[in-house]
Amino acid sequence: MNNRGIIVAVNTKTSERKSPERNMSQQSTSGGKGGGNNPRQPNNGGNHQTANTLSSERYRIGMMVGIAAVLMMFVGLSSAYIVRALSPRKDWVSIAMPSILWGSSALIFISSITFETARNYLLIKRLTEYSRWLLITAWLGIAFIGMQLWAWRQLAGQGIYLSSNPHSSFFYLLTALHALHLLGGIIGLGYLLINALKEKTLNDEVYRGRVGVVDAARLYWHFLTILWVALFVLLFFWK
Amino acid sequence: MPEKERTTDNGQRTTDDSFVRRYIFTTDHKIIAFQYLCLSLFAVVIAIVLSVLMRLQLVWSDSVQPDVYLSAMTMHGTLMIFFVLTIAPQSGFGNYFFPLQIGAEGMAHPRLNALSFWIIFLSLLILLSSFSNENNVIGSISGWTAYPPLSVLGDGKGLDNWLISLSIFCVGALLNAVNFISTFLRSRNIELMELPLTVWSWFTASVLSLVVFPVLLSALVLLFLDRNAQTSFFIPSNIYIGGQIIESHKDGSPLLWQHLFWFFGHPEVYIVILPGMGITSHILSVFTGKPIFNYKSMVLATVAIAFLGLVLWGHHMFTSGLNPNLSIAFSVLTLTIAVPSAVKTFNWLATLWRGKIELKTPMLYSIGFVSLFVTGGLTGLVLGQSGLDSAMHDTYFVVAHFHLVMGASAVFALFAAMSFWFPDMFGGEMNERLGKIHFFITFAGVYAMFVPMHAMGMVGMPRRYSSFEEFEYLKDLQTLVKFVTIAAVVTATAQSLFFINLIWSVYRIKRKNKK
Repeated sequence: MNNRGIIVAVNTKTSERKSPERNMSQQSTSGGKGGGNNPRQPNNGGNHQTANTLSSERYRIGMMVGIAAVLMMFVGLSSAYIVRALSPRKDWVSIAMPSILWGSSALIFISSITFETARNYLLIKRLTEYSRWLLITAWLGIAFIGMQLWAWRQLAGQGIYLSSNPHSSFFYLLTALHALHLLGGIIGLGYLLINALKEKTLNDEVYRGRVGVVDAARLYWHFLTILWVALFVLLFFWK
Repeated sequence: MPEKERTTDNGQRTTDDSFVRRYIFTTDHKIIAFQYLCLSLFAVVIAIVLSVLMRLQLVWSDSVQPDVYLSAMTMHGTLMIFFVLTIAPQSGFGNYFFPLQIGAEGMAHPRLNALSFWIIFLSLLILLSSFSNENNVIGSISGWTAYPPLSVLGDGKGLDNWLISLSIFCVGALLNAVNFISTFLRSRNIELMELPLTVWSWFTASVLSLVVFPVLLSALVLLFLDRNAQTSFFIPSNIYIGGQIIESHKDGSPLLWQHLFWFFGHPEVYIVILPGMGITSHILSVFTGKPIFNYKSMVLATVAIAFLGLVLWGHHMFTSGLNPNLSIAFSVLTLTIAVPSAVKTFNWLATLWRGKIELKTPMLYSIGFVSLFVTGGLTGLVLGQSGLDSAMHDTYFVVAHFHLVMGASAVFALFAAMSFWFPDMFGGEMNERLGKIHFFITFAGVYAMFVPMHAMGMVGMPRRYSSFEEFEYLKDLQTLVKFVTIAAVVTATAQSLFFINLIWSVYRIKRKNKK
């Protein structure tokens, strides 16, 4: 009676199907988050082990799904923007683009490139350069947010505020939300930096876990760059 | 709680950890599942009490002000939809059994899992903190749909609390969905067409969450700005409300809110009901001793329901001034979703056909689910037609429809899941006789409550009114209103049987294990 809840539950064929090499590699990648080599880990018959130990992939998959969620929020807001811009009402006043936005766009674009550089240095295990380029990326991110704030100031100087008209409302809202997400990214970079500074040499397992985390962070960072380009086009070049 | 050793996802023991580490700040998916279930049980008690108070108000009309009634209604709806029906089947039972059923050790991101629970806990606290407002209003009075312009122009901190609470809830629900989806995508060596239907439905429901909760979040942010920063996303200029012209806003569009909200709101119904369907399929197959009839079509129907569910939100807006051609499109799509639903119902019945039916409590609840789902689903076909909906919109007919099809049936699925999985979770069984008594009273009570409501709706009784004394044409319905209220009080009281059964069974098992 006790276990009838999980009738079809665990697919018992799994252990036969997997190849030994794969099993090996999964075992070794598991070290990233301090799990797999724990001697106290219960032996659940191999099945549980294989399903759950691809630690470096874990971050990438989670990040991709998370990005899908963030993307959906911006899709929701942009569709509201489009509906509002196309409606026949007469309160839509297009605001002039603050010229500083070209600068911030350039910055975020460069930051994506520097992130790539940092990752390349991590891949060839030159950790000093890795953390240096990571730091540069973080500073570029901060400078980007600074420039966005500057653009806000430019607009406020012209007397255009959040509630002035629909276009300005959307401008402030979308830039603020994008900057908030970027701030999250910068905090993530800070976490990577602290980790990088703490340990100068990496053993293989920790290293592989680190690459996994950096790969996930890289996805997010590039996503924010592309998102900014899309928002920039939507706000000022569409319509 | 079985006394055997539990392990966290990191493989560390928890038996020697302190109580706080083990039960509060835990990353063990099973304990987190218990946390979610406790949160839902807490929310459901408040929601039941509120619904009984509302029914009493409808019989003794002068007891409270209309806005107190409205705030109780909003609180009831919000608690039930978000904190009970979204949380319990998915985050509660799903958290416990989803990883086990796909053969994973735990959720893919254990710490994220704990974080999303505490985010949702915080959002519940914020929602409930509007309980202590002035003039006895216990929160927002805008209903769970919070339609502008009234939701923006109305005063009180109730709605602000509601907005903040739900925004936080969205984040928590999203993190949870991310966790479910990554757990699913990450697991190796699974044969898609051999997965339990519960896994399919939890996965599909979390994909739906991932798509629609961000849109709700964006709508909530816009509404919050409209209320607090004088933007005009949703509020038109110069509208005439309560004897005065309101000029504070520009030409916003109230319809925009409805589109954004129902883009979330309709799939939300499927987020609620899909896990229930999966659980029902599972239980029906166990207690007939047969595999589920036509497994493949069951999976396809689950996915089809999710896809269709995303594109028919407009049927909530037939009377909002939607383009009639668009109404027809939404109407056709709405009727189309009856097809996968009917496939599912057919398969359930075919599973019962010539099975060795064993009428244990979980089986009774599951059959109850099928019954309620069919009854409620049929009236959905009525409401899905734009012409008929013009007559039925915002009447008790709608109330009866959604309470049967997503409220009561989802709750029955929860009862079924609780009694069915209780042995796995606690290592003993719930009391059969008490469970059966509870089932029969609740089953009869639900029908006694909601069938008369269809009739009230057809006569034209509007929903969300706190009193009907001024309406001549509704005078004849007073007996019916009283009958529904009595049924509601009896059914609500009968729920204590479930709680007693639950607590007593846990206690009994614990004492037995100590010996």
